[in-house]
Amino acid sequence: MAILINTTEKIPDHWTLIQSASGPDVFSALRGRNALLPLELFLSDEEEAAAQFSAIGVWLDSHQNLDKLEDRLSSLPIIALNFPVFSDGRAYSLARRLRRDLGYTGEIRAIGDVLRDQLCFLERCGFDSFALRSDQDPDDCLEAFKDFSTSYTATAVNDTPLFRRRG
Amino acid sequence: MYRYDGYDATMLEERVAQFRDQTNRYLEGKLSDAEFLPLRLQNGLYVQRLAPMLRIAVPYGMLSSRQLRKLAFISSHYDKGYGHFTTRQNIQFNWPALENVPELLAHLAEVEMHAIQTSGNCIRNTTTDQFAGVAIDEIEDSRPYCEIIRQWSTFHPEFAYLPRKFKIAVCGTQEDHAATQVHDIGVYLRKNDNGETGFQILAGGGLGRTPVIGQVVFDFIHRHDLLTALEAILRVYNREGRRDNKYKARIKILVRETGLDAFCEKVQHEWEQLRGGSLTLTDAEIERCKSYFQAPAYKPLEASPESLRTALAKDVLFASWYSNNVTAHKRSGYAAVAISFKKTGYAPGDVTEEQLNALADLADRFSFGEVRVTHAQNVILADVEESELYKLYQQLAADSLETANLNKLNDIICCPGGDFCALANAKSIPIAESIQRQFDDRELLADIGEVSLNISGCMNACGHHHVGNIGVLGVDKKGEEFYQVSIGGSSKREAKLGRILGPSFAQSEIPAVVADLITVYREQRLDHEKFIDTVDRIGVEPFKKRVYEKEQ
Repeated sequence: MAILINTTEKIPDHWTLIQSASGPDVFSALRGRNALLPLELFLSDEEEAAAQFSAIGVWLDSHQNLDKLEDRLSSLPIIALNFPVFSDGRAYSLARRLRRDLGYTGEIRAIGDVLRDQLCFLERCGFDSFALRSDQDPDDCLEAFKDFSTSYTATAVNDTPLFRRRG
Repeated sequence: MYRYDGYDATMLEERVAQFRDQTNRYLEGKLSDAEFLPLRLQNGLYVQRLAPMLRIAVPYGMLSSRQLRKLAFISSHYDKGYGHFTTRQNIQFNWPALENVPELLAHLAEVEMHAIQTSGNCIRNTTTDQFAGVAIDEIEDSRPYCEIIRQWSTFHPEFAYLPRKFKIAVCGTQEDHAATQVHDIGVYLRKNDNGETGFQILAGGGLGRTPVIGQVVFDFIHRHDLLTALEAILRVYNREGRRDNKYKARIKILVRETGLDAFCEKVQHEWEQLRGGSLTLTDAEIERCKSYFQAPAYKPLEASPESLRTALAKDVLFASWYSNNVTAHKRSGYAAVAISFKKTGYAPGDVTEEQLNALADLADRFSFGEVRVTHAQNVILADVEESELYKLYQQLAADSLETANLNKLNDIICCPGGDFCALANAKSIPIAESIQRQFDDRELLADIGEVSLNISGCMNACGHHHVGNIGVLGVDKKGEEFYQVSIGGSSKREAKLGRILGPSFAQSEIPAVVADLITVYREQRLDHEKFIDTVDRIGVEPFKKRVYEKEQ
């Protein structure tokens, strides 16, 4: 079970991740929970899912895009972005699009191969919760957010690039 | 040159501390090899054939005498007393031990240097013309914009795990010395009809296995839009660049597979989101960056003073060096001087501790304390008084740095090759040396004139063989080292890829092959035609015929 952190502490996980291949039987077994649905399931079965689960979020794999979610973002309290491997950097751009271009204000969670040394940049791209890979030490990981005190470019932490802040 | 303020210095200190911690965790076994790999690469650290190799960033090639002395210190304390200038205007050391690297980086930080993003799948050191600020054909000094790009790309959180490495070059002159069109992004400074500075932006150029000339993505953008345009291109690449095959992961493949029009459309779509946002540059920031690159305290001097003319008339070796290594300067009475690191018997681009210290002294004495590393692995003193050139030459001769061969056949661009590099298929340094030995006659070289000869030890093309007027590529044939030869490449404004002559050659045959190519050129050239122009005019066939005819 992945340990969940935000940028300051360990936090309880209120969401159950539904795998891509899941069908109706899984739905009923998890009835009443908060479900993180894979994108394709959310797009095809949103109504049925809404009836089964107490709340619904969506997760995307790194190759998927946000096109079909763009007009439904306001109803989603959480979007999780998967890292099949930590060196797959596509979700950084997905998070940036969500936060900056689409103005998404809900939770953006990193899931999958989420490691200490990527956390600082993940936060700067707009992620605010992190389901750590099981071998990661959460206390160690929380230190990662302090790696850098500022940044040159505009980030989700500070949308003013340094060149507009230098006095 | 650019000087760090508190923000720059703090971020660099934090980076050194971060890498120290990462290295410790790796040495303690808490980070796997695979997890440590991108972390060390983004700090320029490779594991090589003999030892780790550390590549140190020299932003757009600028070095101060203080930095040169620090590099000399590092070469003696952490290396075997030498370093190597690269085709990205950087310097690399081949022998530092992994556990010493954090300490080495702390030394570098003292002089505002680092190894950040000199490797790995991220945005690399931005390169430019070595004559920026002094070139007579300059539209505008490119360095302030390089610095703006450097800051934007350094620790950019979105682009640290791109599909593959990403290289940007900026050119502010008419003649292109930065090989701009064979970069992932090439930026040309331009003026519009109203005289306002802006940029033409190319994308999708590159060398390696699939050499491609970049194509225009933005024909003209306002100077304020530089970063938003770059970010839009990078965003499309990060999302859509191929990650299934590292040989197809560069942006050139994405542009080709998407089609230029569709690619441009995607970029435009991203740009619409970014344009006018916080990343839009301000004149205040452009002026701030320009303030670091103001002209030094030039004296009012007459051009070609008598002392220079006298020295040229009486010392034939000085005159030869002058005609080879000295370039016109936009300021009257000044010249830009190239110091060649292509002396026969020494690996191209290699620089010793003593030479680094000598360069620092020369910079202080003759050129306002600064030098530039060139894309062709030489060093420039950009602001030398013409009346001091003879003194400078004599000092260079005393330091054994007076090699007079800029842009000549023996000014070879060469990667470290199989002697050092774990990726290489074949050696490259001994090939360079054998060609230099074949062509060691000053008058013959002068007669041959300008030719670029580039050698890469493998398909990764670090020696840029595709854009050499003569290109040599090391290939592996059943465990034996062979060399494929191409001609007609150019990295200038009219950038072109060389055409392969035919079957590859054994190492021992290469000097004779080059000699054949030069013979055909000298037989066929018209008037003052350069080698590349003769190849363009008569085509590859006559060269091919001569080279292979002999074999049969």
